[in-house]
Amino acid sequence: MEIPPAGPGRATWLKHKANWLRLSAMTMNHHAHLGHTGGDLSSADILAILFLGGILNIDPAQPRWPQRDRFILSKGHGAAAYYSTLAARGYFPVEQLRTYMDPLSMLNGHPDRNKLPGVEANTGPLGHGLPIAVGAALACRMRKESWRVFVLTGDGELQEGSNWEAAMTAQHYGLDNLTMIVDRNRIQQGDFTENTIRMEPLAERFRAFGFAVEEIDGHSSAALYNRLSHLPIEPGKPSCILANTIKGKGVSFAENQPAWHHGVPTSEQLALAAKELGVEVAW
Amino acid sequence: MVSEATNTTGQQRFDCRDAYMHELEAMAAADPRVCAVANDSVSSAKLKNFKARFPDRFVNVGIAEQNMVGVGAGLANGGMVPYVCGASCFLTARAMEQVKVDLCYSKSNVKLCAMSPGMAYGQLGPTHHSIEDLAWMRILPNLTVIVPADPIETAAVMRYSLQHEGPMFLRIARVPVPRVHGSEYEFKLGKAVRLREGSDVTLIANGLLVCRALDAARLLEARGISARVLNMSSLKPLDREAILDAARTTRGIVTAEEALVAGGLGGAVAEVLAQEHPAPMRILGLPDTFAPTGTAEFLLDYFGLSAQGIEHAALDMLKHEA
Repeated sequence: MEIPPAGPGRATWLKHKANWLRLSAMTMNHHAHLGHTGGDLSSADILAILFLGGILNIDPAQPRWPQRDRFILSKGHGAAAYYSTLAARGYFPVEQLRTYMDPLSMLNGHPDRNKLPGVEANTGPLGHGLPIAVGAALACRMRKESWRVFVLTGDGELQEGSNWEAAMTAQHYGLDNLTMIVDRNRIQQGDFTENTIRMEPLAERFRAFGFAVEEIDGHSSAALYNRLSHLPIEPGKPSCILANTIKGKGVSFAENQPAWHHGVPTSEQLALAAKELGVEVAW
Repeated sequence: MVSEATNTTGQQRFDCRDAYMHELEAMAAADPRVCAVANDSVSSAKLKNFKARFPDRFVNVGIAEQNMVGVGAGLANGGMVPYVCGASCFLTARAMEQVKVDLCYSKSNVKLCAMSPGMAYGQLGPTHHSIEDLAWMRILPNLTVIVPADPIETAAVMRYSLQHEGPMFLRIARVPVPRVHGSEYEFKLGKAVRLREGSDVTLIANGLLVCRALDAARLLEARGISARVLNMSSLKPLDREAILDAARTTRGIVTAEEALVAGGLGGAVAEVLAQEHPAPMRILGLPDTFAPTGTAEFLLDYFGLSAQGIEHAALDMLKHEA
């Protein structure tokens, strides 16, 4: 695995990696004529920091190593960015990304842990990741082990009540080995979240549910790295990081456009995206 | 396997939850991976003692079944073997998508203990009846579905479940039943238990209906009809060979279950017969309706899920077949 440079070069290095994840995801969606480009782009910096920035204690050579940190992608539709991340981290060859959504591919439209190494939970229907993460955090405690659990949720998916059931359990059991990251891009499939069903004040809601909450810029590699390097936010409480992001981040025509929730780029758009992101995808 | 035929009338009856509870605690004492998840109903799920003995391996998520099943999947991911225990009506209906995705599709090693199923909560009304659960659970790929007939089988299935890798649905009866198996009974997945030999007709039942099927066989014997009785506790996987053998060597099959006719044991048997060896059949269960209010015993009789009801169905089938 490539090691990110220490010091001021780290943020630049991670940003470059995140942009590669963005273009890789867009290329996958382009080839498959299907996908969720907007959310792939909003989550790329978070995924890069976790998997490539050294936050997660994982070993791609042993995907089911019992002591590994668990990462659960609750927003399973962000699969293209996630698969690109797993490939970049070495769980499988990057060339396999070409098979995304092909017949009989291991790379389903939504992740399948029994097909793809590195995937912890089969997600796609929303509101499933946080309960599973809570269960894993409880297992860690029962076993008196020290690994940690991370779950990345969308923001629109917090409209599913199961999240709040799980939030109550997390606070009741004081699961400070659990970190929830919300990809707060403010857009769901049909519209902006606040036009659909109001989410705000989201930070206060999570605080009221017993989480230690911090809002950060979800595209600042430095801010993400600093926060995720110092967990929990508060001992005895589950952590909730509200990562303010931009749906479609990094690609001018996709940014902040609800239509790009599951928009798929044309060849011309893909070329323009590559130029704007300043990276190449060669797989 | 052949056990001795039993006349169950007047026998001592047992709540299968006690057998489940004793076995769960014994397994937890022996295996540190065993844990329990409850949804507030700690007493109904007979987990009070478990909680006292193993407080660190007991999770009560409150009244939150979707979360309960997801938490179970997470516990399994973390290396535990969770027994997720709740009233069957809520565990299945409320958490259906979590059962489908988090357990079955994901192949999570989680054991669902569906308490007080069927019409155990008869007087509480259809909201608390769980007559749909067998159909819902049976259709889910990767899920093993077991409906034990008595306390001995309940305990045997619990022991079996710990060494079975993958999701299981265990339907734990609350309505008291007599013992129909001997104490040496060993559960074999996917194998019907032949409780009584017979050559004229085959009665296939599971759960509460097994003891009634045995009583029906006795009534039929008094009429000179030899009835085979199969305990089909393993609803999935199903013992196709035992079903086909019954179709080949007896004149017809009557199934009986404490569930809707649609999609349950009778449907599973019919799927085998229709494609491989069509045979006369009667399917006993609830018709396409929600049940009225009444005790479980009342409702079972009301829907013909009694020894007499099974006897009459067998006689009717044989009459038409002849």
